[in-house]
Amino acid sequence: MSSKFVMRAMIGFYLVIFFAYLFGPLFFMSVTAFNTPNYPTAYPFEQFTWKWFDALFKDRDMMDGLLNSVIIGLGVVALSVPIGLAASIVMQQIYWRARALYYLVTVSPVLTPGVIIGISTVIFWKDFSEAIGLKPYLYKGIILAIIGQSSFICAYCMLIIMARLQRFDRSQEEAALDLGASYPQVFWHILVPFLKPALLSAAVIAFLSSFENYNTTTFAILADKTLVTVLAGRVRQGTTPALSALAVIIIAISLAGAIVYELLKRREEQRAARAKEQARLAERSGVAAVPALAPAR
Amino acid sequence: MNNRLIVFFIPAAIVIAYFLMAMIERRVLADSRPTGFVQRNGAALSLFFVVAVGFWTLFMVTLPYLYMFQESFHPTLWPKDRGGPKDTLTLEHYRFFLYGSDGLGNFTHLRAFVLTIFISLCVTIANFILCYPLAYYMAQSATTQKVRVLLLALIVPYWVNEILRAFALRVLLASGGLINTALLGMGLINEPFDFLGANIGLYVGLSYAYLLLMVFPLYNAIESLDPNQIEAARDLGAPWWRIHKDIVIPHAKPGIASGCTMVFMLSAGALAAPQFLGGPKTLWFTSIVYDFFFQSFNWARGSAYALILLAACILFVMLMLRLFKVSLGETIR
Repeated sequence: MSSKFVMRAMIGFYLVIFFAYLFGPLFFMSVTAFNTPNYPTAYPFEQFTWKWFDALFKDRDMMDGLLNSVIIGLGVVALSVPIGLAASIVMQQIYWRARALYYLVTVSPVLTPGVIIGISTVIFWKDFSEAIGLKPYLYKGIILAIIGQSSFICAYCMLIIMARLQRFDRSQEEAALDLGASYPQVFWHILVPFLKPALLSAAVIAFLSSFENYNTTTFAILADKTLVTVLAGRVRQGTTPALSALAVIIIAISLAGAIVYELLKRREEQRAARAKEQARLAERSGVAAVPALAPAR
Repeated sequence: MNNRLIVFFIPAAIVIAYFLMAMIERRVLADSRPTGFVQRNGAALSLFFVVAVGFWTLFMVTLPYLYMFQESFHPTLWPKDRGGPKDTLTLEHYRFFLYGSDGLGNFTHLRAFVLTIFISLCVTIANFILCYPLAYYMAQSATTQKVRVLLLALIVPYWVNEILRAFALRVLLASGGLINTALLGMGLINEPFDFLGANIGLYVGLSYAYLLLMVFPLYNAIESLDPNQIEAARDLGAPWWRIHKDIVIPHAKPGIASGCTMVFMLSAGALAAPQFLGGPKTLWFTSIVYDFFFQSFNWARGSAYALILLAACILFVMLMLRLFKVSLGETIR
């Protein structure tokens, strides 16, 4: 009994340490965003202030960077999700001898340091865009950032979509084909609706990964700037609590997103549980009370 | 420019070779594949698939890598000299990495390289030790409700940008920061301790930045282990460390390989933590590459250095796969 108690105490202690390590720095940084001294200070807490948020919104560079980040993020989503979808379907249908090589090529960007992806993108596209005579249009920070980031974000999308594709019930496809549907019809009316949740989460992950990327972007962005590269420049110059203010906003947004997601999931689970319960009762009483919810057998 | 075009032939040759092999095989085994790719997906969709995948794998992945590879064997030249008579193949950048400009040995860069690899290894091991108990606890002992809360608590800091996390640590560890203030206040030290100068900031920053990339793969791997196996081992009298050594860890191999690979790769390629948390004397390998690009505009040498880093990462991935006897497909899911 007592050894069990010791064990639980140890686990509790460990969890506290782990999450203190995870949240401690973020927490103290957040405090500095509301404190008056010019150098980010958590203690002593002199006076509560909003002025660092004010300074943040007046910062033109950061706002320009934010706009670019959003544009790049949307560009990455528009490029990566379709490519990820195509790549995951090709993975299923590809000539089997080529599959291992294809897999290696498609996941290699995930295993390559972002710095190297950024460098190779810039070096290649500089000469290539010149060779095809489109340098004024293609050799631009925003375009290269989209291409460079998509290089590995496409792989994320492919892996997310592939995971769901593996659970696809082939008999649905066969049924549709037997009923006279063509393969493209199966794709649009059965496969794409089935993959919709995966496509959505791929889009969200793609946008977030693009938005917070630094290593690839810092090379690929050339003379332009994104929010993160502006941020990096600011941290290098010195620290101001305005950066803490930005972090507070990001933490607040991701916290809100996480809570909304959790609530939605919980509600969905409750609904599923209720449906299951009703189906069970219906089965026991011998009548299908709600036909649509009765087990399909 | 001209001799650089060779990079286009390599992927083209491989694609054509596989295509021909598929054609031959299809002719030999006439009815084993009833429909071809185009018949199966329709012309429009097939075109979309081929263009999308071709653009990605060729123009965004293979060609840039190959181009960087061949660029690293070219001398550093002014733009007007590129493609001219001076533009010959050379090993000078690799020679520079080993011997420096005076031929005595480039100890600064070699040391930075060894340091980068060694520190990244240490960070990987430290993160594994730190995350394994949490992953095990979440996957095997905690209730569903608790796991959900813990996962939520893990995801929120994950989306806070790498640079802001480095900044947060800097606020804590700076000489006027909270930890020094606390230590001074308690009278444990008499003058502020320079955490950043002593590189403690860098080590903590790397571990902190990539902690969650270790937790999630480990959690996923351990979660798929049937709790009955652990129960059975316990009933048969196995001590706790044997349960982990002989049951949990062998089962979680793909997750361990995946987590370690990601953490190592990201640490070795980290740019933010060394820039913002490293001491003034620390030379991280990526920082050297960064300087070649942005300060001396020596792209060819930068490519060579980037390639050396890439080689080290590939070697590490292969080592992990060999060590844990897992395939790449099991590792990256």
